[in-house]
Amino acid sequence: MIPYAFEYTRAGSVDEALALLADHDNAKLLAGGHSLIPAMKLRLSNPSMLIDLSGIGELSQITATDTALHVGALATHRAVETSDAVRVACNVLAEAAGGIGDPQVRNKGTIGGSLAHADPAADYPALVLALNAAIKVVGPDGARIIPAEDFFVDLFRTALADGEMITEIVFPALRAGTGAAYAKFPNPASKYAVVGVAAWVEVDEHGMCTGSRVGVTGAASHAFRASNVEFELSGKSLDDQTIADAVANMVDPADLLSDLSASDEYRAHLCSVMAKRALTTAAQRAMG
Amino acid sequence: MPEYIGSSVKRVEDKRFITGRGRYTDDIVLPNMTYASIVRSPYAHAHIIGIDTEAARNHPGVVAVFTGQDIVDDGINPIPTGWQIGPDMKEPPHHTLAVDKVRHVGDGVAVVIAESKDAAQDAAEKVAVSYDPLPAVVDMNEALGDNAPLVHDGAPNNLSFTWELGDKAATDEALAAAHHVTTYELVNQRLIPNAIEPRCVVGDHNAATDDLTLYTSSQNPHLIRLLLCAFVTGLPEHKVRVVSPDVGGGFGSKIFHYPEEVLCAWATRKVGRPVKWTAERSESFVTDAQGRDHLTTAEMGFDAGGHAVGLRVTTTANMGAYLSTFAGGIPTWLYGTLLAGQYTTPAIYVQTKGVFTNTVPVDALRGAGRPEATFLLERLMELAAKEMDRDPAELRRMNLIQPDQFPYETPVVLQYDSGNYEAALDKALGMIGYEELRQEQQQARADGRLIGIGFSTYIEACGIAPSAVAGAIGARAGLYDSGMIRVHPTGKVQVYTGVHSHGQGHETTFAQLVAHHLQIPMEDVELVHGDTAQIPFGMGTYGSRSLAVGGSAIYKALEKVLNKARKIAAHALEASEDDLEYVGGQFTVKGTDRSVGFGDVALTAYVPHNYPIEELEPGLEFNAFYDPKNFTFPFGAHICAVEVDPETGTVEILRYVAVDDVGEVINPMIVEGQVHGGIAHGIGQALFEGAVYDEDGQLLTGSYMDYTMPRAADLPMFEVDRTVTPCPHNPIGAKGAGETGTIASTPCIVNAVCDAVGVRDIQMPLTPERVWRAVHAAQSGGNGHLGGNGQAS
Repeated sequence: MIPYAFEYTRAGSVDEALALLADHDNAKLLAGGHSLIPAMKLRLSNPSMLIDLSGIGELSQITATDTALHVGALATHRAVETSDAVRVACNVLAEAAGGIGDPQVRNKGTIGGSLAHADPAADYPALVLALNAAIKVVGPDGARIIPAEDFFVDLFRTALADGEMITEIVFPALRAGTGAAYAKFPNPASKYAVVGVAAWVEVDEHGMCTGSRVGVTGAASHAFRASNVEFELSGKSLDDQTIADAVANMVDPADLLSDLSASDEYRAHLCSVMAKRALTTAAQRAMG
Repeated sequence: MPEYIGSSVKRVEDKRFITGRGRYTDDIVLPNMTYASIVRSPYAHAHIIGIDTEAARNHPGVVAVFTGQDIVDDGINPIPTGWQIGPDMKEPPHHTLAVDKVRHVGDGVAVVIAESKDAAQDAAEKVAVSYDPLPAVVDMNEALGDNAPLVHDGAPNNLSFTWELGDKAATDEALAAAHHVTTYELVNQRLIPNAIEPRCVVGDHNAATDDLTLYTSSQNPHLIRLLLCAFVTGLPEHKVRVVSPDVGGGFGSKIFHYPEEVLCAWATRKVGRPVKWTAERSESFVTDAQGRDHLTTAEMGFDAGGHAVGLRVTTTANMGAYLSTFAGGIPTWLYGTLLAGQYTTPAIYVQTKGVFTNTVPVDALRGAGRPEATFLLERLMELAAKEMDRDPAELRRMNLIQPDQFPYETPVVLQYDSGNYEAALDKALGMIGYEELRQEQQQARADGRLIGIGFSTYIEACGIAPSAVAGAIGARAGLYDSGMIRVHPTGKVQVYTGVHSHGQGHETTFAQLVAHHLQIPMEDVELVHGDTAQIPFGMGTYGSRSLAVGGSAIYKALEKVLNKARKIAAHALEASEDDLEYVGGQFTVKGTDRSVGFGDVALTAYVPHNYPIEELEPGLEFNAFYDPKNFTFPFGAHICAVEVDPETGTVEILRYVAVDDVGEVINPMIVEGQVHGGIAHGIGQALFEGAVYDEDGQLLTGSYMDYTMPRAADLPMFEVDRTVTPCPHNPIGAKGAGETGTIASTPCIVNAVCDAVGVRDIQMPLTPERVWRAVHAAQSGGNGHLGGNGQAS
């Protein structure tokens, strides 16, 4: 439980953090530390330097406009869970944040840290996919925006380039006629998602589905959109049968993870069940 | 004076525990202390070709590096097991650190001792061990085969022992003639103990006096001292002090004499400085002795009326790579003897094979043999009820031993002391509202909901005794205990017990016992335990023995104290002892107002001016040893209701009713706490916990990311109550409460889930995936409720 020796420094600004990152080989950014520090204590991760971001206050702000919710990368899960801005603009995000880990994790872990780490079983990846978030990053070549659906590349791998860091996640505010929900089947040991499905739907005045997004986490090496389900729902009334038909066999077990907590076959089944539950709630909220 | 016995006094030890002021072994920091880090095998089975320690020795801050051979060369013996199972038992050497080959992942190979923990850990990575990996054997049946790799050359077919109990011919005959035979093949999966405090040892040798003090997170410091001195090191016992200070849970795993204790005791002499070793959690997973791990076939025969006529059990028990301290006794004497349960089954035969594999050693874990026996028996009852179309409560009822049959001789050598099993069952049935619950279950099923009801009527045997019997069944120890009472001149009292508290609340319960009988305030009583330099030889705490055995020793010492106090009081009051009564902490001459208080008597004992010095020694201090006449036999009835989510296989426990009879109770709150914890532990085995090794002997469930512990949120509010059938053969009437919940709850939950799903069996732990597959099997079998053969894995 003792990490290898490392240097520690605290960045006072985003620019300083980027400069430190550029100047040191194998340096790591430290946000909440709830994935990085345990890996270091088990000596699975051996950074030469930790650049602590906690002094950069602007990165933990959460603000909302009429059209968008801006969540700073350093906002803790607890801050997201309890933020009035989140609850008004995008309540599903608060609900999901409240289901991450345990109180200690929620008080320290951050949304930016979670996304950058890209644990295949983390909750936020499903949410940013379903809610069509924009991930704002900054790096040596300046700032850019990565759409959520381009962000997750592989197991613990993202579209972040070397030297880049996340500064903010922008979620479109949920309008009338839209609804979203997150359904998670937790690993009984770790409480990470064996399968988590976030669903966003939009309905017209007749209750017909005019748009949907389904984000799946936990099931595969990285979070993904279940676009086949979205296609099946398009233009249909979101009744139980339609949803059940759309989610049936929505994923191929061969594409999924298989481990002690769940075989690929069971995971595939859980994807359908969690998708059904998330879509059913999202549809109810959309027709609210 | 308050009546302390029967009162839910708040635990006096909790103040220091919940304010972070406990003093655990790892809190002990001695001047000039060094830190040990152990190099452990990454292989389950491999020859050690060579160990290059040079780079580690040259690492900054390193004091010394030792290998297993260094320890053997110094004349240190292997660590013995404490239980001989039959004359032919194979007991291969268990060295402090491996010398020829490693036999499980985590087997110690070398130790680095350094000025700091991090230096020790950094240097340990520089110890270069070259291994020649060997095929590992993990599966017990494979281990017994002729071509299996041998864990120990001296144990052909990896067999340590074969043990049997009961009348085989009578049992075979009964089963052949039975109207119905229920057969059950089961895996009682391996569990990992997971005490909240990882094990820790500090060895401190004083070269000037040659005294060795060993601090260790142990459940029984005297036994550790005895094994360490008499068997392993040859150190003189009077120069060795073993201290077990606050210990954060054990569940059995801290009973045993571990290599790290020998290592620190030896190394402190070698380096001339104190040596501390503290397990990391990852080390606990691969070095703390694990529990259960049986493969069993059981057949139970019934007559046409539903009465059990015979039970035949064949069990293969995994011993792991070495025989741990109590290992052989657990799947034999602590298991086979419990197979009568609460039932009048007249013929029982059990055979157990103890098998070596390349896995962590297996030994006692909360319940230790008794949960395994109860699980198979209660599952058999459930299956038999289904197969014979009888109500599971009523099948149990008609087989119960009746109150007028006590003391009851079982066909597996026990004599049950007392019991009223039907009363506990009736109370539990009433609490849960059985008739209504069955109706609700039917209604729910009609609505497509899967609700199940499970039973467990269980018995436990606590406090293995008397010592002569322990000896006769191969235990290399007596199983009495000691209690010493020292009354100070001011009437304040210290009580010294040979049992050990590692969460059980002895400091409260025992103080209540003493304060009650001395009729003094509880605040005037302090319990001392866990230090061989202070307390008379005792056997420690396991098997729910502390109050029944250790408490009875204290009671005997109390009698001696009160007898002498009465003599002192009689002298002071110039009265006959027979004319005195002891009420409210005062000796009073009956019918008068002449009295003397306990405090004055104590002072007189130490300032014997007006004292019968010719007949009585000064002082007021007594020791007593208590060797019980028999085991004690707690029992009870547990009933639960569960609901299964057919879509995901998730199990929700809707209700859990427990009626336990632990005999007389001193602190009901502490007993309830023990019962709650025990039920949670048993539910852990039923639904969550299970050690998984791959075929190479790698532990796949080596962290809390994969090994599921039960959490509060997984559990319902328990509904607990008691019946009270005192133990007739100890002076307190107590039976023991620490393991009852664990023993009862595992089959109770599994029975309920199988009832809900409508299958015969589901392999533990009942993970969502396994339950989901069972639901599938039941549904595709087309027979919904009660599939006769819907075995799911």
